[in-house]
Amino acid sequence: MVSPRTAAAIDRVHAAIDREGVLSITGIRKEFPGVLALDDVQLRIRPGTVHALMGENGAGKSTLMKIIAGVYQPDAGEIRLRGQVVALRSPLDALEQGISMIHQELALMNWMTVAENIWIRREPKNRWGLIDHAKMAQMTADLFARLNIRLDPRAQVSELTVAQKQMVEIAKAVSHNSDVLIMDEPTSALTEREVDHLFAIIRDLRQRGIGIVYITHKMNELFEIADEFTVFRDGKYVGTHNAKDVTRDDIIRMMVGREITNMFPKVDCPIGDTILEVRNLTLPGVFHDVSFTLRRGEILGLAGLVGSKRSNVAEALFGVTPAESGEILIDNQPVTIATPAQAMAHGMAFLTEDRKETGCFLTLDCLENIQSALITRSHVKYGFVQQAAVTRLAEDMARTLRVKTPNLQETVENLSGGNQQKLLIARWLLTKPRILILDEPTRGIDVGAKSEIHRLITELAAQGVAVLMISSELPEVLGMSDRIMVMHEGHVSGFLDRAEADQVKIMSLAAK
Amino acid sequence: MSSQDITARSAPRTHRKLPAEVNILLVLIGIALVFEILGWIFQGQSFLLSWNRLKIMILQVSVIGIIAVGVTQVIISGGIDLSSGSVVGAVAMVAMSFAQVSTYARAVYPALTDLPMILPLLIGLAFGALVGLINGWLIAYTKIPPFIATLGTMVTVRGFAKWYTKGQPISFPTEGFAWIGSGMMPVVIFILVAAIFHVAMKYTRYGKFTYAIGANAQAARVSGIDVERHLVKVYVIAAMLAALAGMVVAARGQTAQAGMGLAYELDAIAMAVIGGVSLNGGRGSILGTAIGMIIFGVIISGFTFLRLDAYYQEMIKGAIVVAAVVADVHRQRKRRKTS
Repeated sequence: MVSPRTAAAIDRVHAAIDREGVLSITGIRKEFPGVLALDDVQLRIRPGTVHALMGENGAGKSTLMKIIAGVYQPDAGEIRLRGQVVALRSPLDALEQGISMIHQELALMNWMTVAENIWIRREPKNRWGLIDHAKMAQMTADLFARLNIRLDPRAQVSELTVAQKQMVEIAKAVSHNSDVLIMDEPTSALTEREVDHLFAIIRDLRQRGIGIVYITHKMNELFEIADEFTVFRDGKYVGTHNAKDVTRDDIIRMMVGREITNMFPKVDCPIGDTILEVRNLTLPGVFHDVSFTLRRGEILGLAGLVGSKRSNVAEALFGVTPAESGEILIDNQPVTIATPAQAMAHGMAFLTEDRKETGCFLTLDCLENIQSALITRSHVKYGFVQQAAVTRLAEDMARTLRVKTPNLQETVENLSGGNQQKLLIARWLLTKPRILILDEPTRGIDVGAKSEIHRLITELAAQGVAVLMISSELPEVLGMSDRIMVMHEGHVSGFLDRAEADQVKIMSLAAK
Repeated sequence: MSSQDITARSAPRTHRKLPAEVNILLVLIGIALVFEILGWIFQGQSFLLSWNRLKIMILQVSVIGIIAVGVTQVIISGGIDLSSGSVVGAVAMVAMSFAQVSTYARAVYPALTDLPMILPLLIGLAFGALVGLINGWLIAYTKIPPFIATLGTMVTVRGFAKWYTKGQPISFPTEGFAWIGSGMMPVVIFILVAAIFHVAMKYTRYGKFTYAIGANAQAARVSGIDVERHLVKVYVIAAMLAALAGMVVAARGQTAQAGMGLAYELDAIAMAVIGGVSLNGGRGSILGTAIGMIIFGVIISGFTFLRLDAYYQEMIKGAIVVAAVVADVHRQRKRRKTS
């Protein structure tokens, strides 16, 4: 029995949930140093629905989900849970208020059992205050029976397949009896049959009235499982629609439909002979049968979504993680590239995707950062670096690239992202490459530095350097490339010429 | 704000930062002055104005200083070497066994006595190189953490030192061999070693690669550096310097014991850390370590001068090392915030 007053309160909550959804967020803004990740974003999740979140790389989906899961704090905006304004101070706080998230990176403790992982912090205790393993196993078995998961609760997590781990994650999230369940690309590691199983679980959860947020890149999944979807673009809210009411092309247009400004200084320059040819390059489980050619003076853009393994192809070409089969030909001669040093000997240079992780020596000064690749190959006599000559070259290059630093003795960690990027480009240009691989050359840097780097790439191509440019920014790919190669989940899904390429065509090859 | 302000602000700063070693030098001066004042208060005499005291102080630390030079380049490369103390013990034994005089009846190798001093020296260095090779190979190619790899060799090599003569000390070296430990020779050797590695770390490709690997091994690899091969060299050199220190200790005492050099690795690491070498790698210098070594010496000699109990000395030594690491972590965090 509930008192009339309580009953009225419950009714009010139900009314609020029907009107606003179980979770409704408005005006969310989140800024990171130098980047506005989310700008006045909204989202409303109804109970008992699957709500897909769509958008290109960097559209802000993951940032928003981390805000909802309590990982990040928004700079502005309001989050309402069951009609009440809430603050989600930490992942634990969000969990206790009824929001569970299944992370893209699996966050299980490998050396504990399935049951221990699921009930951690909530272990059933026996009368001496010790963990009651029998009861915990029974609770897990019940949970698995409900979700139709066939797994031994006492199995050690490290012995499970990725798909099985994913199931454990899902069971763990469900075990919290949350009202909102966030799934960030849950199918990325699953086979088709496992995906079917996952979808069965999702439909079951939907029936129980749980609101599910489902982030995915895959168009067909969206139509199969989602009731509603919301599109983000460049950190902004684009729109929310019923999945039934739209077509694939509508969604792609919503995802990419931004104005292409004329900020790219691409000039047509003569394209020479083939310098690099790649035949059926394969690294099992990562990328398969990648074949393409690259010619002198050509800029080949490489587009694809997260998980398309574009960067892995670049790493294989440069010998960082060599491919297992396939051929690489330079100047029509087959070559072996097992280490970066071998790649450099063939005139290749590789600007990596992650400035901080694989590019800069943050604790060292600008000069050391610029010269590191050059001195592996030249300008060393009897072990001594010919510093005067190298410094002169480095200073000239820094001036040409307009690196803004008081002097080359400045430690690199004190420089802005754009200037760090220019230093790394300077590092590779000093080696006088014939083939330049650029992975996200303008990620996370301001507009001014960006257009300077674009101009530089064009000039290099005009001098006959062959450029392979990986970029997640479609306008950049379209604006800079002579030709565009699109990858999808480790396979080349097509080539587009500069004349025929547009955002919709690239996205439909990239999203399949 | 006028346009003049803006141009003034955006003009490049010509001001150059002082090298990090200056701060450490200031710490050294500060500590020395504290002991000087305490000396006048408690002992009624000057701490610094005693040539003899300074000589003993520098002699005390320069053997470990030789090890610290090797350890410094290991830490700059992003690793750590715990085996150096054991290498000191083992090499003292091995080298001494090839450096005995024929007049001594119970030499380890009676047929191999009165050898020219260069032979035991080379054998000792070769033994050090072998240990370094094992360290380097384990770390670079099996990818086990340097702490574990060198902890393993530390125990194994110490065991070897004890097994070598079943625990018996080895004495009676030739005059030639004893010479390398006599008088101020340990200090001379330290200065030579420090000077060579100061130049190597600053001006040669070897040094540049070491810093690059310590700053970012992944970026070093992409730059075309053979990270694995280089790391092996770094550990070989560190162990060879520990071997050199071991022979200096044995020559100075004219005897070798398996227990020699116990915990020297920790003192050597402490000197480097006090001297501003970052345990995260990629930052520090031989000059800094040299100053760190003198700070270390001043503290020990200062405590003795103040007649502080040896047990207190050890406890305080430990606290100083921890304080130096805390200071390093604090510096890193501050840097990260500003960048």
